Amino acid sequence: MKKLILSTALATLLATGAQANKVFVSNEKGNTVTVIDSETWEVLEEFPAGNRPRGITISPDGSLLYVAASDDNQVKVFDTETYEELYSLPSGPDPELFVLHPTGNPLYIANEDDNLVTVTDTESRTVLAEVPVGVEPEGMGISPDAKFVVNTSETTNMAHFISTEDYKIKHNVLVDQRPRFAQYTKDGTILFVTSEIGGTVSVMDIAEDGTPELTTKIDFEVPGVLPEWLQPVGLRVTSDDKWAFVALGPANRVAVIDVEAREVVKYIIVGQRVWQLAFTPDEQYLITTNGNSNDVTVIDVAEQEAIRSVQVGQQPWGVVVQPD
Amino acid sequence: MLQRYRLGRKSASDTFERASENRGREETLNRFWTVLAAAVLALSVAQTAAALDVRTAVLRIDYPQLAPISRYDLVPEDAGFAGAQLGLEDNATTGQFLGHTFENETVTTTPEEADAAFDALLADGHTLIVVMANAEDLLRLADRAGDGVLVVNATAVDNGLRGDQCRANVLHVAPSNAMLADAVAQYAVWKKWPRWFLIHGSNPPDQALADAYRASATKFGAQITEEREFEDTGGSRRTDSGHVLVQRQLPVFTQEAEEHDIVVTADRSDVFAPYVPYHLWTPRPTMGSSGLRPVTFHASHEAWGATQFQRRFEELTGRYVREDDYQVWLSLRVIGEAVTRASTVDPAELRDYILGDAFELAAFKGVAVTFRPWNGQLRQPILLYDGRITVSVSPQDGFLHQTSPLDTIGIDQPESTCTAFN
Repeated sequence: MKKLILSTALATLLATGAQANKVFVSNEKGNTVTVIDSETWEVLEEFPAGNRPRGITISPDGSLLYVAASDDNQVKVFDTETYEELYSLPSGPDPELFVLHPTGNPLYIANEDDNLVTVTDTESRTVLAEVPVGVEPEGMGISPDAKFVVNTSETTNMAHFISTEDYKIKHNVLVDQRPRFAQYTKDGTILFVTSEIGGTVSVMDIAEDGTPELTTKIDFEVPGVLPEWLQPVGLRVTSDDKWAFVALGPANRVAVIDVEAREVVKYIIVGQRVWQLAFTPDEQYLITTNGNSNDVTVIDVAEQEAIRSVQVGQQPWGVVVQPD
Repeated sequence: MLQRYRLGRKSASDTFERASENRGREETLNRFWTVLAAAVLALSVAQTAAALDVRTAVLRIDYPQLAPISRYDLVPEDAGFAGAQLGLEDNATTGQFLGHTFENETVTTTPEEADAAFDALLADGHTLIVVMANAEDLLRLADRAGDGVLVVNATAVDNGLRGDQCRANVLHVAPSNAMLADAVAQYAVWKKWPRWFLIHGSNPPDQALADAYRASATKFGAQITEEREFEDTGGSRRTDSGHVLVQRQLPVFTQEAEEHDIVVTADRSDVFAPYVPYHLWTPRPTMGSSGLRPVTFHASHEAWGATQFQRRFEELTGRYVREDDYQVWLSLRVIGEAVTRASTVDPAELRDYILGDAFELAAFKGVAVTFRPWNGQLRQPILLYDGRITVSVSPQDGFLHQTSPLDTIGIDQPESTCTAFN
């Protein structure tokens, strides 16, 4: 019965002309990347991706896959068609998360060991700058106008606003314990920062010139779940800037935030230890990586419901979807 | 003797410099001044904060002691201070963005000269002092300090310090015996190993720990089916090929015990516990002072971002982290975090903030650590460590509490005899 409903749902999708995109999932323990077809949700391939692959992103044209191989101290670059490793980029030690400039160059990488953000030219494959930040830099976000890169430092508990022009820090905002992820809305007027141990999402209003003002902190509450386990990590916002989805780690849930009201409206049950999130380009689906159940959950964005899960490699960490 | 060093950042831009002075040895006191001068970057901070100079001190009393049974337990000269060094660095890195500078002084002393060394710190204007001492000395120093000083207990585990002997000016980052014993007890109960054979040493610290295990057994529904004392008859801890004798003595010592699921050792004095696991008459898992040990931290702990802590620590100090290092690091981070959030260096204001609802700190243990406002004890998960890896972390799943699961380990408010915080 379930299968029937699912296949009907898929048939409906096909009818509406959803395009198939490749979904790439980094498997932290399996040392692989799993490739999933976003139309059939079949696993197409699982290929070796260096030691302890975590952060993962893709070039704007969809041809190059960037994977932070943390234990190899480098960012590996793969061909998204052949899955061949093409070359690697200098990243500094233990790269974990990074963000790509919208043009595809440069790549801004958080180096947890050295309290640095490394700026790497993806074409010349050289380090352009190293920016000293707080203790244990982790999350990386970029403003839609690409004027600011935001880094979160996990022990200093700040969001550092780095100018992409001169690589100097222009603003620092204190947030709650262990900030993990920074994400702007598409219009650039709001920045979300998740705090894993603090259990909150800090919401900052961003002025025209990029100056942040911390205005709200969003809390989470799920009956029957210990508050200690509500640990926000990955966060994504729909491109109409109406909904933010937050992965809540060991709470095994994704929270849905009404951006305008700045309120949680729903919790979606997903796999275990949900970590990072990615939309399909049409934003019909949101894919979550579930580290402790070795799968990804596919969420129907409009319905705000989990529709299926797909088994991937061991301890999936990051996810990115190839653009159209 | 003036020694300076600079830790330059690899970066071409925004380099900040840290200078350190090392004043070397005085007659009975080892004094190291570490001054971190963070070049204040012209930065706007959303929460505007005034420039602050934060001065802390770490006082360590070195007691005469025998060499440990295991060479792995040899105490390095910089025990605890290495953690202070990293705590200072972490605080200073954060402080540079807020215009806060941090400075820490480390002092070693003997039990006889502890009062004078402590008074010297007070005379020097220190009001935020981390102490590594036994309970008796800690209490005496805390009483000398008075109300205007905040003392942080980094190493003393005695339950009494959190109970009828508690002091309003003392915060405890060290876990209590009760917390350590409860951490073991919860795991044993979760494993459905409720029958314990308790072997304890004969010295007062061993007896106190044994008391804690007895209380834990009662609290979590385990039974101590057999109990024996291993007497400390003095002498060296180690002898050449002493294992020959141990191999004959221990089985005899442990034979004919009542039925038990595990052996619990309570041996703060390091007299016998390391010998127990493989010399038992009846083969059973060992927990407590040997086998599976409750610790605040260890050098192979990697979960919750701890790898970064380990790497920072090892790069800075050239060795693996110890529990006392972690506890001193955490003591300084508690102060640093409170300064960052409350924008003050006033000990009373910091104490209020630290004991308040707003205080929380990430300490590489998966949940925020906070303080029990009714006795000044830091709530923290306890790692269960087998000498190689983190086997488990207590509190265990399923032990619930109306305030925090962390309050299921240690003496809880209703049972507390502490009145200084009322």
